[in-house]
Amino acid sequence: MYEKDGEKYFVVDGHTHFWDASPENWVPGQEQYAKGWIECFHAYQSLGPPETHWSIEQFQKYPEDMMMRHLFEEGHVDVAIFQPTYLKQWYRNGFNTTEVNAALAERHPGKFVVNTRWDPRDGDDGLKELADNVARWGCKGVKLYTAEWRGDSRGWSLKSPEAARYLEKCQELGVKNIHVHKGPTIWPLDKDAFDVADVDFAATNFPELNFIVEHVGLPRIDDFCYMATQEPNVYAGLAVVTGALMHARPRFFARVMGELMFWLGEDKLVFGADYAIWEPRWQVEGFVDWSMPTDQEFADYAQLTTQAKKKILGLNAARLYDIKVPAELDLPVPAGPEGAEPLAAPASI
Amino acid sequence: MIGAAADQAAALTAAVWSALHQVRDPELDEAVTDLGFVAGCRVSDTGEAVVRLRLPTYFCAPNFAFLMVADAYDAVAAVDGVHRAEVVLEDHFASNEINGGIAARAGFVQSFDGQAVAELHELRADFLRKAVMAGTDRVCRPLLAAGATADELAGFTLGDVAASVDRERLISRRAELGLPAGDGDPLLIDPATGAAIGAHALPLHLRRAQTTRVSVDANAGVYRGLLRERYRTTEEKGR
Repeated sequence: MYEKDGEKYFVVDGHTHFWDASPENWVPGQEQYAKGWIECFHAYQSLGPPETHWSIEQFQKYPEDMMMRHLFEEGHVDVAIFQPTYLKQWYRNGFNTTEVNAALAERHPGKFVVNTRWDPRDGDDGLKELADNVARWGCKGVKLYTAEWRGDSRGWSLKSPEAARYLEKCQELGVKNIHVHKGPTIWPLDKDAFDVADVDFAATNFPELNFIVEHVGLPRIDDFCYMATQEPNVYAGLAVVTGALMHARPRFFARVMGELMFWLGEDKLVFGADYAIWEPRWQVEGFVDWSMPTDQEFADYAQLTTQAKKKILGLNAARLYDIKVPAELDLPVPAGPEGAEPLAAPASI
Repeated sequence: MIGAAADQAAALTAAVWSALHQVRDPELDEAVTDLGFVAGCRVSDTGEAVVRLRLPTYFCAPNFAFLMVADAYDAVAAVDGVHRAEVVLEDHFASNEINGGIAARAGFVQSFDGQAVAELHELRADFLRKAVMAGTDRVCRPLLAAGATADELAGFTLGDVAASVDRERLISRRAELGLPAGDGDPLLIDPATGAAIGAHALPLHLRRAQTTRVSVDANAGVYRGLLRERYRTTEEKGR
């Protein structure tokens, strides 16, 4: 919980990790990719405030007590959602797996939501593993990374019939939140790997599932916005938007927030600090303090209300994951589509 | 190197640099020189050019990377006085495939054997259309700020807009796509079809142009920050 100027914010960090990218975990022969991956993440951290930068050694692998302190003691987070990323082709035990995340979560009851993942290239075995993970840890969400390498394959698409089988399974198991993270590779490589058309396709075919597009579709915010405005079950995960832009590029941050509020609105945006790339504290505090610049250049954009900030920082994610919000931290009228007008394409500019 | 040879090398280097200034990142629609993607450029007095390119991350999308390296090769090789051109991409997961493919003058499909099914013309055109949308916002925003109404803009031709860097850039991108780009052609067109945008469709068109520009600008901002960090760090390590 974060309190500022008499307002109390229930904070759900929608995007967190407990990873191991230390050299001991690199797969022999794949070291360059394992190293390249974590160095790329580390460069993103440099876009946050200097006092929050870590050494690369610390960043490769960090202790549990440090993560707990950064999130819950210093970072104002009430509940954090683990989003696994396996990358077993490069990291022996995986980069950030359901098992490791869940073990940490079990040591700290009530602090975490444990999401799992799937990859359509795993076939029937993967379907079984998904069901087992859901039975064991009660997962209500999955994180999908379409750019993951597997053997010679450089990725996959949510349009594939194999992916549809997994989405059907999610529906059957009550795994209703599908987080999608795009990366730079996919099959075939001549297509734009960041294209969100496959999310559009899946969201249309599975209206009972929620699709949370991580990093607001970056670097395709425009395509994402046009898609999301037409799909009632598509949400924007703000991880990277606050982390990479709010400090380093505040005017771009303002514009991106303005666009997201215009096309999607305050009920569809979900905060995520993207730990350990960025610590939540400066992002939560900065977001609460933030206001749209008032100069002419930003005249098209509405100000974010306190109510909108409360929804984005926690109440929207709490709704998606059925997280109980203490009454004094909730809005007088519960957030959510039940209490709001259905979102249609904006009628005016 | 003695006087005349040194002058020749310097002149060729300047010419190659100028050629590289015409090469753009197709995703960001900015010159690779302005983005800091040219890590080195050396030309001998006998016309042997070696250009090293770098990108903000090890995992930047290989298709855009390939286009940039191929475009850079074509631009450098076309410089008068350059007899041999070598353009290499450094520090990238697909450096081998890309550099090998460029050196062999192979296309994308051949360079990424089994991983690609088509060349990159469609991808390039998709991003040129985005550049047209973003450019539309750059040109129209000052007009709207100066009091032009949406209805008035619908009647504007390219020739009605005062000359500016943004106007020339928009015209150039439209021409590259084979879209109407003359002074008498409409200012506002659908970048997919070239058809004029009518007054009724104009507000949404301008709104989308703005969103495209925000998206491209935000990406460019992030990539600049990542590039700065990537090469600051390695230089500090005494590389």
